[in-house]
Amino acid sequence: MKQNNNYKSLFLILLVILFAILIISIRYGAVSISLEEMGSSIQKQFYASDQMTLVERIFMEIRLPRAILCVFVGASLAVGGTLLQALFRNPIVEPGLVGTSCGAAFGAALYFALGATFHFKTGQWTLPIAACLGAFVSTALVFLLSQSRQTGKSSIVSLLLTGIAINALFLSGVGFLSYIARDPQARSIVFWNLGTLSGANWASVGIVGFSTSVCVIIALRYAKHLNALMIGEEEAQFIGVDLKRLKWIILSINVIMVAVATAFVGVISFVGLIVPHVLRILKGSDNRFLIINSAVLGGILLCLADLLSRMLLRPAELPIGIVTSVVGVPIFIFLLQKKNYFF
Amino acid sequence: MIQTQQLSYAIGNKTILEDVSISFQPGKLHLIIGPNGAGKSTLVKLISGQIIASKGTIHYDSKILKTLSITELAKIRAVLSQNIELAFPLKVAEVVMMGRYPHFTSKPKAKDEQACQEAMEFFDVSNLAHRDYMTLSGGEKQRVHFARVTAQIWYPIENYCRHLILDEPLTFLDVHYQFHFMHKLIELLKQKDIIVIGVVHDLNLAAKFANQILLLHQGKVLANGSPNDVLTKQNIKKAYQLEPVFYKTEKTTYLFFE
Repeated sequence: MKQNNNYKSLFLILLVILFAILIISIRYGAVSISLEEMGSSIQKQFYASDQMTLVERIFMEIRLPRAILCVFVGASLAVGGTLLQALFRNPIVEPGLVGTSCGAAFGAALYFALGATFHFKTGQWTLPIAACLGAFVSTALVFLLSQSRQTGKSSIVSLLLTGIAINALFLSGVGFLSYIARDPQARSIVFWNLGTLSGANWASVGIVGFSTSVCVIIALRYAKHLNALMIGEEEAQFIGVDLKRLKWIILSINVIMVAVATAFVGVISFVGLIVPHVLRILKGSDNRFLIINSAVLGGILLCLADLLSRMLLRPAELPIGIVTSVVGVPIFIFLLQKKNYFF
Repeated sequence: MIQTQQLSYAIGNKTILEDVSISFQPGKLHLIIGPNGAGKSTLVKLISGQIIASKGTIHYDSKILKTLSITELAKIRAVLSQNIELAFPLKVAEVVMMGRYPHFTSKPKAKDEQACQEAMEFFDVSNLAHRDYMTLSGGEKQRVHFARVTAQIWYPIENYCRHLILDEPLTFLDVHYQFHFMHKLIELLKQKDIIVIGVVHDLNLAAKFANQILLLHQGKVLANGSPNDVLTKQNIKKAYQLEPVFYKTEKTTYLFFE
């Protein structure tokens, strides 16, 4: 099978690039870290963790978890985009479309605004939990409202339109909260909505890594069903796809993946939109191939964006969402102009 | 064999199909005709399991249609309708392989590859295998889908008859392709023990190729039988409200309207 070998070689190339970007992203920043220091830091982590130098500590406690979190978040967003584009049979769909990211943003904004007003006690988990809850609430709202009152079924178009409406509602909620919030909180809301990985630690790496891996593995089992959907909803059912079940599974996977990732890093746009496109242009639309490779390419892109966000205004940091949007918009418009690819 | 018993379908107060009891036999080309709104598509959707009857039952051999799961059903019956558009670019070979999806879990087996190859040869699309589906012409696209649906039911399944259900698949095709596909279906019926049920609009096409014709009118069976029995002056006048003129040759009868 020539096609299969072709797929594998691309996957290996992407893995090598990911590894290279990971090293570069860890190496450069406000402080440069040499390869020897990375090596010695890993060694000391196991044998003599108390003897670490400052640079070695920066590597082990800041740069490395941040880079790995980047990979997992990028993978989550890109796979989420692939799944939703396949489910909606629409190439211009983002993983946040069913309300997930806006809900997360609202949850986070609520945390910032109320936290300052009522001075309740908050730990390191309060913000991610608030964002995650917001994401689940808004997505559940989209699901429920998109159900047709007559048939109890939710058509994919009504899901899409309800998503747009709920997104608008929650965004205005975020706008209201940042309007009434005082200055440091209002800035936090804005900053969170543009995404940042500066809060990365090993605990967040563990949680996002777990949800990403489990969701990607489950998604792979349904790649064939998503392929079948390409010839139409009715036709897919004729070749054995239980459409209702598929819809629920794919939407749930997407929500969990995107909500958990967004809870830790804020709203990051365009990664989920562009990664599947680039891969489709490279090697076609087989969803099995797309899911595996968008996980890797998503990781590459977000790592690269994070490196840029740290380097451009050094030693200050640019929100990563600005970088992904600035880079993503021209790519997206370029793709839109390639009409033959879309329709 | 497919058998329907007192099949009815209604939406709200409006009855679309009423009391249809018919059977479809293997090895025969069954064509369903009738004016717009006669219930042709509804009947085909009921038979293919797409919608559920308000009253009556459908039997696939000894089993009741309702008791078959989506995947079980997909192994024994294939459905083709008109004008399928793809949302994303895909190779022709990949589209045809979709027909085998009900038969394997993650990777196609040798048997699935073989079914696709043979079905593609049968419908002359082997040379298009590596083309992008989106770049094909209308006739080529439909040839690809005929290959896909026949690949789906290429091998016999134990205890079941295989069914190919065609919902106006020829509507947007030119005369050349309409005849081409009809000849191919007749050839397919000679090679394989399957049931073919199709909805067509062209009465002459039905007269020339069908073994059995079912004429629906206002949700009821107006006539059911051989082309000669069904396509009578009286039946056609009643169904279409037009005066037919018959032109008979040795081989077939041609229909014209005043």
